[in-house]
Amino acid sequence: MNFKFGLFFGLTVAFAGQALAEAPGGKFAKDAEQTFRSSFRADNPSYWMTRLEQDETMKTCGQYRDNPPRKIGEKLEKQNAATIRYPVDGKLIGDWKEGEKLAAVGTGGHIGFIQPDPAGKLRGGNCYACHELAKKEVAYGTIGPSLNHFGKIRGNSEEIIKYAYDKIYNSNAFTACTNMPRFGLHNWLTPEQITHIVAFLVDPESPVNKD
Amino acid sequence: MIRRLMKTLVGAAVLAAFAGGVAAQDSKVADEIAKYREALADGNPADLFEVKGEGLWTEKRGPKNASLEQCDLGQGPGKLEGAYAALPRYFKDTGKVMDVESRLVHCMVTLQGFTQAEVTKQWYSKPGKDSDIEALVTYIGAKSNGMKINVPATHPEEAKMAKMGEYIFYRRSGPQDFSCSICHGQEGKRIRLQELGNLTTKDGAGFAMKTWPSYRVSQGTVWTMQRRLIDCMRQARWPEPNYLADSIIALETFLQKTATGTVMETPGIKR
Repeated sequence: MNFKFGLFFGLTVAFAGQALAEAPGGKFAKDAEQTFRSSFRADNPSYWMTRLEQDETMKTCGQYRDNPPRKIGEKLEKQNAATIRYPVDGKLIGDWKEGEKLAAVGTGGHIGFIQPDPAGKLRGGNCYACHELAKKEVAYGTIGPSLNHFGKIRGNSEEIIKYAYDKIYNSNAFTACTNMPRFGLHNWLTPEQITHIVAFLVDPESPVNKD
Repeated sequence: MIRRLMKTLVGAAVLAAFAGGVAAQDSKVADEIAKYREALADGNPADLFEVKGEGLWTEKRGPKNASLEQCDLGQGPGKLEGAYAALPRYFKDTGKVMDVESRLVHCMVTLQGFTQAEVTKQWYSKPGKDSDIEALVTYIGAKSNGMKINVPATHPEEAKMAKMGEYIFYRRSGPQDFSCSICHGQEGKRIRLQELGNLTTKDGAGFAMKTWPSYRVSQGTVWTMQRRLIDCMRQARWPEPNYLADSIIALETFLQKTATGTVMETPGIKR
C-alpha cells in the first residue's frame, strides 16, 4: 500500500464516520419509541396522549440531534413557513403592555395527575425563561439570544414586524430544529397574543427599547 | 448521631426562614441557595430522611414480618456500600435492568410480602403524608457517598437501556417542541436564573447525578431520580410516565453511564 492510497483510505473512513453518525438510540430506536409510548397510564385522556405525537419536524430533529444537514433543514423550514397564519384584521402589532405580561408568564398547560394546572390557567410565552428582554427583569435565561433593545436596534419597519411575528408563530420557518417552541403552530398563543408580544419587542415605548 | 440530628433540626429552622423569603422574591433564589448550601453543609434536612430510612431498612415489616437487610441491590444481599452508585444494572433473578427504586420495591414485595400497589402508592410525599420510598432511597444513596458512579453498561441489556435513554433524551414532542436536550444539551445556559447542566458530557451529567437523591428546598422534601425525571416531563407539558417505567430507567442508565467516574455527594440540597 503506497502513501497516497493510505491517505485516501484514511480520509474515506473519516468522512464515512461523519456521514454515518448514529442517530440517538442506534439500532434500538424503535424499541425505545415503543418503551417510551408504553410508559403511560391507560386512563390518560386521549387529549393528553396526543402530546406525545411527533410531526415530521420533531422526528427529524431528534434523529439529527437538532443539527440536521442543511438540505433537510431547508425542507423543514419551507414546510414550517407554510403553516403561518395571521390575525383576521391583518394587524401584526398589538398592545405592548399585554405583551409584557405574556412574556413573563411561565405557567399553564401542565397536565397529569401529580400537579396539573387548573383549567383556564393563563398560558404565556414565558419569553424570559430563555431571553433577556426589558432591562428591569434580571431573572432571565440564556438559552436564546438577548432581545433587549430589539426594536431600538432593528427599527419597526413592516419587514421587522413580520419577521418577529413569523418567528414567534413558527420559529422553525427560519431555523429548523431551533430550541424555540412554535407558539402559533401549536395554538399555545393565539395570533392576537403574538401581536402583543411583537409590540413588546418593537414598540419604542416598550421597556424592551426604552430602558 | 444525636448531635448531627440537632444540627439538622437547627438547619431545618434556618431553612424554613429562608424559604419564606424565596417565595416572595424569586430572583434572589440563586444567592439564597448558595448561602444555605453553605449554612447547611452538615445539616441537610435530608439527614432526617436518612435516619428514617435506616430504621425502615432494619425494621421487620409487612405480611412476612421481615426486614430489608437481605435485599440485594446488586452488590450481594445486604450490601449497601456503593450499590446506589452502580445502579441501574441488570439483575439475573428478574431478567431486567432495574434502578434503585424498582429494585427496592422488588425487595419490599419479595422479602416483606407487600403488594407492589401498596408499596408504590406513596412513592412521593404529599403534605402530611410521608413517603417510605423517599426515606429508604436517601439511606441507600448515602451509602454511596464518596464513591464513584459506576455504570459502564457493559451487559447487553444495560447497553440497550442506555441507548434507549439516549433516544428519549433527544425525542421532541408536545406543544412546546421540547426534548431533554433543549435545556440540557449545551454548555453554560440558564433557564431564568437556574443554571442548566449539559447532560451529554461526563462533567455535566456527573455534576447532576452525584447529588441525587436531593433535598429540594422549594418542595420541602427529598426528591428521588424517578421523581426528578417524571417532573421534567410534566414541565415539558407531556403526560407523566408511570413510576418505575422502563423509559425512566432508560434515561437514568444513559445519564449514569455518561456520569460514570464522578464521585457521589449525596444526599444533596437544591432549590
